[in-house]
Amino acid sequence: MSHAYVLVEHSASGVDAVTAELMTAARAFGEVRAVVVGKPGMGQELAADLGNSGADLVIAAESTDDDARFLIPAVDALSMLATADPGPIVIAGDPAGAEIGARLAARLASGVVFDVVDVNSDRTARHAIFGDSMDTTAAVGGASPVYVVRRGAIPARSIPAAGTLQHLSLPPANELDARVTAFEPAVSGARPELTEARVVVAGGRGVGSAENFRNVVEPLADALGGAVGATRDAVDLGYYDAQYQVGQTGATVSPDLYIALGISGAIQHLSGMQTARTIIAVNTDEDAPIFSVADVGIVGDLFEIVPALVEAVKKEQ
Amino acid sequence: MPAIVALVKSVPDTWSYKTLSENFTLDRGAVDSVLDEINEFSVEQALRLRDAHPDRGFRVIALTMGPADAEEALRRAIAMGADDAVHVVDPSLAGSDVLATAWVLHRALETIPDVAIVVAGSASSDGAAGAVPGILAEYRRVPALTAVRDVSLDGSVVRATREDRSGLYRLEAALPAVVSVTDKAAKPRFPNFKGLLAAKKHAITSLDLAAIGVDPTQVGGTHAASAVTAAIPRPAREGGPKIQVGNDGVGGAQAITKLLSERGLL
Repeated sequence: MSHAYVLVEHSASGVDAVTAELMTAARAFGEVRAVVVGKPGMGQELAADLGNSGADLVIAAESTDDDARFLIPAVDALSMLATADPGPIVIAGDPAGAEIGARLAARLASGVVFDVVDVNSDRTARHAIFGDSMDTTAAVGGASPVYVVRRGAIPARSIPAAGTLQHLSLPPANELDARVTAFEPAVSGARPELTEARVVVAGGRGVGSAENFRNVVEPLADALGGAVGATRDAVDLGYYDAQYQVGQTGATVSPDLYIALGISGAIQHLSGMQTARTIIAVNTDEDAPIFSVADVGIVGDLFEIVPALVEAVKKEQ
Repeated sequence: MPAIVALVKSVPDTWSYKTLSENFTLDRGAVDSVLDEINEFSVEQALRLRDAHPDRGFRVIALTMGPADAEEALRRAIAMGADDAVHVVDPSLAGSDVLATAWVLHRALETIPDVAIVVAGSASSDGAAGAVPGILAEYRRVPALTAVRDVSLDGSVVRATREDRSGLYRLEAALPAVVSVTDKAAKPRFPNFKGLLAAKKHAITSLDLAAIGVDPTQVGGTHAASAVTAAIPRPAREGGPKIQVGNDGVGGAQAITKLLSERGLL
């Protein structure tokens, strides 16, 4: 039976939601082999959860120095597995995932595609390029083609499977390894993860201050159960943290609902959000380019509108 | 003299309309090319590393692979302060994928003596997710500190800070190394008059595939390990109605909740 490898995304709080999306994608190729790279015991800890969301096999590639290493253990594990028993490899998209995918393509002399939004059993993949202005289909070559999948693009469908645990021993650190001398995990708040959220409320320069992000943007996101995003301008001005940046140099999001507050709509921002199913923009400047992609454009004062909207949303619920 | 090599890329201006030619590669004739903005940050870091260690005698060399007009990206790097520039240009390179691109850059780096650090941008604005720095590190068998916001050098150890969705990493590695820099790094300098003049006059080293010992059959579109087989432009999104509400917060809120309930988003 054919099979595919999935690189499991996990953190201190367990298996990340995106892993079920990756396993859903991988199932198109056959048996799902979930590869856990981490500290000793990690595979055992996550195996049941991974089985429940569709892993036939859970392959634990564990090392005691995992904390001091970065990316290379994952590349080593997947390249060893795919060399011994070739098959497609599915990885979650972000800079780390893209680098792992790229390195694997180099080691395995396989094709790699990024920003994948769907995979097919014939090993072709659908992806979007040029800031989502073009839909493309790619044929991916090699015995172990590599797919770096956009987070949130493939809805997870969990079909419980055996989740049988196996172990793979990793080679020690070598000349390719950079050392991690310190790590501070990102503080994840109560809100959904930006790229996974069904609703994103984003603010731009027009929000005016960090305080306004807290008092105006965040309450609307919370009322709608959504994530907060920010433009590069807002980040550069110190209004909001860089990890929430949406656009060409930040995250690409395609939520069901995107509410743009005080965002003019530079093309670099639009390229990161224009595939949202519904876009609502609030801006005082009626000529702002954001209105050209908004399903409804509200020309008005966001500081009057948003608090009223928060009240209205709370009432509806 | 040891070299710090800044990889630069000439990209379509973000403001130009991008389209694909018949073989599904970027129609470069249809766009204006500029130095990719991310490379202003990476060149800046290369210059800072050089200037922070005058005793080491580093030379900053800008390197690009691309068609004839990619030379503009190199001239911009020289204008910022790079000491020299190398351009790999060959008709066989058109349509090269990330593996071929990284291989060609690796071979071109082999023509430069004593490369201590290769500094790249974390991801180009027109391409593939920042794949080249990691692949280059694989080919060169050196460590890579990728997507970092600062870089410093302490003897033979390079240190950098990476910030991504998982958190903040302090990284270090022994030289030689590959580094890729994000746009969270220090603001790039503007070229001064002297720099612009130097850039105009500078003789750029041009290398074809034979000069770097790469067989043309190893590169280009026909050799690519992945190929786009179909491309459909998405219909441009059409803006919906604009509703003027001014300071009428409740009116604006009602217009929004109406749409939200129509679309089942409440």
